[in-house]
Amino acid sequence: MSSFWSVWITVLSLVVIAGCFLLLRVCSKNTTGVKEGESMGHSFDGIEELNNPLPKWWSYMFYITIVFGLIYLALFPGLGNYKGLLGWTSSNQSIGTEQGIKADSAAAIELAAKEGRYVQYDQEVKHADEKYGPIFAAYLATPLEELVKNQEALKVGGRLFLQNCAQCHGSDARGSKGFPNLTDGDWLYGGELATIKTTIMSGRHGMMPPKGGLPIDDSEIAGLAEYVVKLSGREHDETLAAQGQGSFMKGCFACHGMDAKGNKFMGAPNLTDDVWLYGGSRGMIEETIKHGRAGVMPAWKDVLGEEKVHVITAYVYSLSNK
Amino acid sequence: MMNHSQPTGADYNYTIVRQFALTTVLWGIVGMSVGVLIAAQLIWPQLNFDTPWLTYSRLRPLHTNAVIFAFGTSALFATSYYVVQRTCQTRLFAPKLAAFTFWGWQAIIISAVITLPLGYTSSKEYAELEWPIDIAIAIVWIAYATVFFGTIVKRTTSHIYVANWFFGGFILTVAVLHIVNSMAVPVSLFKSYSIYSGAVDAMVQWWYGHNAVGFLLTAGFLGMMYYFVPKQAGRPVYSYRLSIVHFWALIALYIWAGPHHLHYTALPDWTQSLGMVMSLILFAPSWGGMINGIMTLSGAWHKLRTDPILRFLVVSLSFYGMSTFEGPMMAIKTVNALSHYTDWTIGHVHSGALGWVAMVSIGSLYHLIPVLFGHGRMYSIKLINVHFWLATIGTVLYIVSMWISGVMQGLMWRAVNADGTLTYSFVESLEASYPFYFVRFLGGCLFLTGMLIMAYNVIRTVKASKDSLPALAEPTAA
Repeated sequence: MSSFWSVWITVLSLVVIAGCFLLLRVCSKNTTGVKEGESMGHSFDGIEELNNPLPKWWSYMFYITIVFGLIYLALFPGLGNYKGLLGWTSSNQSIGTEQGIKADSAAAIELAAKEGRYVQYDQEVKHADEKYGPIFAAYLATPLEELVKNQEALKVGGRLFLQNCAQCHGSDARGSKGFPNLTDGDWLYGGELATIKTTIMSGRHGMMPPKGGLPIDDSEIAGLAEYVVKLSGREHDETLAAQGQGSFMKGCFACHGMDAKGNKFMGAPNLTDDVWLYGGSRGMIEETIKHGRAGVMPAWKDVLGEEKVHVITAYVYSLSNK
Repeated sequence: MMNHSQPTGADYNYTIVRQFALTTVLWGIVGMSVGVLIAAQLIWPQLNFDTPWLTYSRLRPLHTNAVIFAFGTSALFATSYYVVQRTCQTRLFAPKLAAFTFWGWQAIIISAVITLPLGYTSSKEYAELEWPIDIAIAIVWIAYATVFFGTIVKRTTSHIYVANWFFGGFILTVAVLHIVNSMAVPVSLFKSYSIYSGAVDAMVQWWYGHNAVGFLLTAGFLGMMYYFVPKQAGRPVYSYRLSIVHFWALIALYIWAGPHHLHYTALPDWTQSLGMVMSLILFAPSWGGMINGIMTLSGAWHKLRTDPILRFLVVSLSFYGMSTFEGPMMAIKTVNALSHYTDWTIGHVHSGALGWVAMVSIGSLYHLIPVLFGHGRMYSIKLINVHFWLATIGTVLYIVSMWISGVMQGLMWRAVNADGTLTYSFVESLEASYPFYFVRFLGGCLFLTGMLIMAYNVIRTVKASKDSLPALAEPTAA
């Protein structure tokens, strides 16, 4: 804020508060020329007004709030650019921009500490780290194979899951359309502890281009879908499925494999089981082939940190390995 | 004192007052019915019948707009046009323009009833209506100001009565608030974008939002209170000096209080602190109105035993006092950290909206309607009493359930385990709120039932033959 606007808003704020104070002072005295408790002498549609004094308790209350307000404005930032005696700020934002450094950088935090500012956000993060850091450091030091046997850790992991993962995977971790079920023991990228951890830490991008990016004509899609239905062992039209198999051989096998059992290195789903990320009806399969699919699991390492991901990994693993 | 209200000087313009008084009842029922429906949807979501225009997201703005701008504002139009004539002892200025404000305002309400369920919204809370309707509001409002202040100018009394200060303050400020907050760039007939962006947009929105509460729902209804409480009690206003202090302090401080809606957001620290301080100092001036209203009853307390209209007015002042204590408290950052985004806010709003705004309007209408239609009293005093208890119990159920639910939500959201993880997921807090949602729904049903009884009572009064409803004898202190 420029100094003009700072002065402007400071003066306005103080004038309003001082104005209230003066008004209260002036009206506390009887300057009406009418005796206290008597009528002011004018009548509006039969309504008269008495000249009663302001209730004392009410005036005191008014004064107290004014005094409290002024003390608060002296201690905390509230009047333009004035920073307040406590040096309190909610975040490093202003410190960062003033000095031309990034607000959330270590430099900004250091500068705030050097200037004796109380930055609420930094302080709270620091306290949390001091209090909870050792608990999670201990979990991280425990190999995953042992952590999955630690009931307390699994509880912590479950709570972290509910707060951070349930939005997509559901609070029962059974997923929904486009979001994998984590309880069924079926894994797109692999269900080993280390793989699950990699998935959570770095995220995944599942990608199927429309028609696999292959020279497949729209007229072949119905056949392809029928073939996929056959692969999953359901009732099907043999002729149509045979046509579909021909189309499949144009290149679908490159990702899904010759046996259509998928490829965990690239997250290509197994087509021979009855687990469907986007739905297994003929219509849904056709839609998937025709338009392709793209699924994203975000990377959590910068959001939660490795310690928490470590604990969540143990929990997710435990869901299908009781 | 009752006979003062008889239309002796029959040259007052009562047509416009009658129109607005009757639509107040109608829109009250509409707005509150929608409120009860969306309260039920929170318990039984299938009540949206998978129909887009019946979904909560579209009906919620319809509910708020209907109760604030259709019900509440019609009540303000009716009472301000009535009070300004009677206390200035002159006919309404520009009667044709006054008629235009009635038909214009009804057209605006109808267009809101159509466009909001269709999903047309500027997405600004309490200012959802799209730009063509915003322009219409501005035009009708300027006409309203012209009629009101024109009447003040041609008054035959030497002073301006305190009720008119409050009405005048509310009319002027709402014009400024509405025009500034609604500034937008239209991209089509039904879509526009605010000219403000980011934190500035949020600040302008809540400067508007909080002063819609402060000027429309507080100052306007204080104007109503300053006429109908002394009139119904037959007592002089308690303190002229108190009314001066609390009027000027109230309007000077309210305009600063908006930032308390944006604590712990991207709003600069100084704005948040200042908003909090001004909200706190606002406490005493807010209570000034309550004190002046309640103390006006000194010497007339016995009338509460026999007069349910006076009961409506006094209980409305008590709810006003309660919510204006609660408001500054919730504006304190530490309290706000618990209360914000919870049902506590909803409870707070409704202790003002049901307890204060609706009850003072209902009391005033019960005083007003017999006068407007040339009767001595309402068709049934008993039914007013039934309405009073339904409204009071309904409001209490509503507020108390939302308090409990709100505090519970706030505590659940901030609860952490020994390892620093949150104890409850959001869904768990929602699940815990269901019983309170049901009690709230029940409270809403009671309040709405009261309004339906009022509608019946009003219809019977309006249709009653001349001299069939004589004024009751002044009750003696029995």
